[in-house]
Amino acid sequence: MIIIPLLKGLALTVSRLFTKPITIQYPEKKYKVPARWRGIHFFRKNDAGETTCVACGLCVNVCPNACITLEIGERADGTRYPLKYEIDAWRCIYCGFCQDACPVNAIRLGENYEQAYYRKEDLCLDTKKLLSMNEEKA
Amino acid sequence: MEPIYSIIELVVKNLVVVMVLMGLVAYTTLLERKLLGRIQVRFGPNRVGPFGLLQPIADGIKSFFKEDIIPDEADKTLYVIAPGICLFTALSMFAVIPFGDTVTILGRNIKMVVADIDMGVLYVLALATLGEYGVVLGGWASGSKYGVLGSLRAAAQMISYETALGLAVIGTIILAGSLRLSDIVAAQQVSGWFILKYPFGFIFYIIAGLAEINRTPFDMPESESELACGFNIEYSSMKFATFMIAEYAHMFVVAGVATTLFLGGWSGPYLPGPIWFLIKVFILIFFFIWERGTFPRLRYDHIMKFGWKVLLPLTLLNVVVTALLVALGVIK
Repeated sequence: MIIIPLLKGLALTVSRLFTKPITIQYPEKKYKVPARWRGIHFFRKNDAGETTCVACGLCVNVCPNACITLEIGERADGTRYPLKYEIDAWRCIYCGFCQDACPVNAIRLGENYEQAYYRKEDLCLDTKKLLSMNEEKA
Repeated sequence: MEPIYSIIELVVKNLVVVMVLMGLVAYTTLLERKLLGRIQVRFGPNRVGPFGLLQPIADGIKSFFKEDIIPDEADKTLYVIAPGICLFTALSMFAVIPFGDTVTILGRNIKMVVADIDMGVLYVLALATLGEYGVVLGGWASGSKYGVLGSLRAAAQMISYETALGLAVIGTIILAGSLRLSDIVAAQQVSGWFILKYPFGFIFYIIAGLAEINRTPFDMPESESELACGFNIEYSSMKFATFMIAEYAHMFVVAGVATTLFLGGWSGPYLPGPIWFLIKVFILIFFFIWERGTFPRLRYDHIMKFGWKVLLPLTLLNVVVTALLVALGVIK
């Protein structure tokens, strides 16, 4: 008979009325992301508050979407630093290869998943933004 | 002076019924969203005001400020009045439903019904049919092929279930011996609720009523998920909202008529009549929301097949059996 399954369905849904909703009230309560979650990028800082990036270019090479732009600068003592470092997070697929490839753990993917912006350009992350992301995360 | 008092009484009763009904309709949308949310293990609207209580007002304001598009091809007059026809028929059906006993105010005996006419049941059925004009006109006047097809589909469904709806209520007329809704309530006070004597009629009435007001599982006229709406596809802003309000008002009518015909109307112990009426109506509306959160939507040919091949013969059989039982004196 078709009636019995229909009644069973009604019993199931009415039992749901007495369960606790599993909704997270988002802006007030934030979701705790899993440890391996790959959110938006940030630069780790050294003691001087600058990036630890040595501009080796491995992340640029490994990036499958070619969304990292790197111009290399060289200081007087011969160490290299990123003169211009930009991640187009709009194109990024958050694969985390840059994080894996980095020999000095400079570029990381953080826990920040709130990436809503009014303009596309806002998601183009330069060195300054990447460093400030780090502060937000802490 | 007597005619003037009668007119004042009528106007006041009209205003009260329409105001209360519109308020209830607005908050039923909230109730529906809340309950559907809880059925789906979420909260439902709770952002606007405490517990989301201002949500219907926010929805209303939003509807008013949305862009109101009238298609170039549309028949402008009919396009504008079509949602109004739907709402008008839904609201005017409430005129004959008694929601309480006679009360005495300022020495006048006032019946708690807007118009206690002799052929109340017929009036309800006739206006239920009129509601289809709103749907058909809305679809046709949009000047869109999709609108026309959608409105024809909706009209076919509504007419199919109209017949079953009419047949489902005949038993109560036989049992009460009157078409006047207040007489039917009075008959139930004497002999017990008709749902006990005529249970299948009640079940068939609820099924046909659900199809008649286009609610799940029979909501083919506006199956949002697969057809991107039917007759109201070209409607936007407040005109679209009016169709929705009419649908919810219809829901109240179906629940109100079911209460009157099968559940003893406003009668009940201790509490005043209108309270009992609302309690019974809201129990039925709770059921409508509950089954909406449960049942999947039927396919269109299944709806028509069910309406013509299953529901109509069963209601007809039900009428014949009831008539025989009453004639033989088995049930009174």
